[in-house]
Amino acid sequence: MKHWPALLTGLIFGAGLALSGMTNTTKVIGFLDVFGAWDPDLMFVMGGALVVSLGATPWIIAWTQPLLAEAFSLPINKSIDKQLIIGGALFGIGWGLWGYCPGPAIASLAYGHESTIAFCAAMILGMWLAGKLGLNTSRLNS
Amino acid sequence: MEEFFEPIAGGILIGIASMGLLATLGRVAGISSIAWGAFAGPDREWRLLFVMGLVAGAAILHTLTGNPIPSAPEGSLPLAVIAGLLVGFGTRMGSGCTSGHGICGIGRLSLRSLVATCVFMATGIITVLVMRTLMETLL
Repeated sequence: MKHWPALLTGLIFGAGLALSGMTNTTKVIGFLDVFGAWDPDLMFVMGGALVVSLGATPWIIAWTQPLLAEAFSLPINKSIDKQLIIGGALFGIGWGLWGYCPGPAIASLAYGHESTIAFCAAMILGMWLAGKLGLNTSRLNS
Repeated sequence: MEEFFEPIAGGILIGIASMGLLATLGRVAGISSIAWGAFAGPDREWRLLFVMGLVAGAAILHTLTGNPIPSAPEGSLPLAVIAGLLVGFGTRMGSGCTSGHGICGIGRLSLRSLVATCVFMATGIITVLVMRTLMETLL
């Protein structure tokens, strides 16, 4: 069970999503509706997470190795290519259509809504399709 | 201020979880790639544990705080499937989502992630605008 930190950090991440309002699609759509009745609350979710990430990431990745693994596994593709732009654009459309990005979609499986199961199954299918078409360009250093 | 407490506290928890995963296992908390990896590999074990944690963490949060569970998303089942397909296809093609690009990538000062985040925020905003306009026109 050397991977226990994945369970623990997953628990904290899921709790954070549920606390923040990100698992509430009405809130998410309201946040994205900047030209309508804009609900800015979720900006603070990104803000809170980014303060921690911007503060801690440079410090952590400067270590010679992580606490419980041999090496950091970080993305090395730095190119701003058309896969990144088109993929990001398609993801945003799906996010705006329904209100779930991947984390909240998975965490919301806890709520037992039928449509969330369908969303997650379709999401995995979409991922498979993009891979099948050879469109994934992410690479890790180890 | 009170209405911002939960979004900020939730965001900080998300940040702490991401940093915890990076500090211990040396992995980026990008949920789209973790979800795909949990399904298809490689290194399924830690990814499956993380995914299970996401679901359990949300359940525990509502139990502990008494916060009501959000009502089911509005919209038809076919729309959920179309949206899910786009989110899955787009995040795999674009190498990440809100967490991987938006939090971890920007935290690493990656220009690639910053660009991706601006793109999906922009198309998300445009999509909501278009959908709302369509609804208002039709109804």
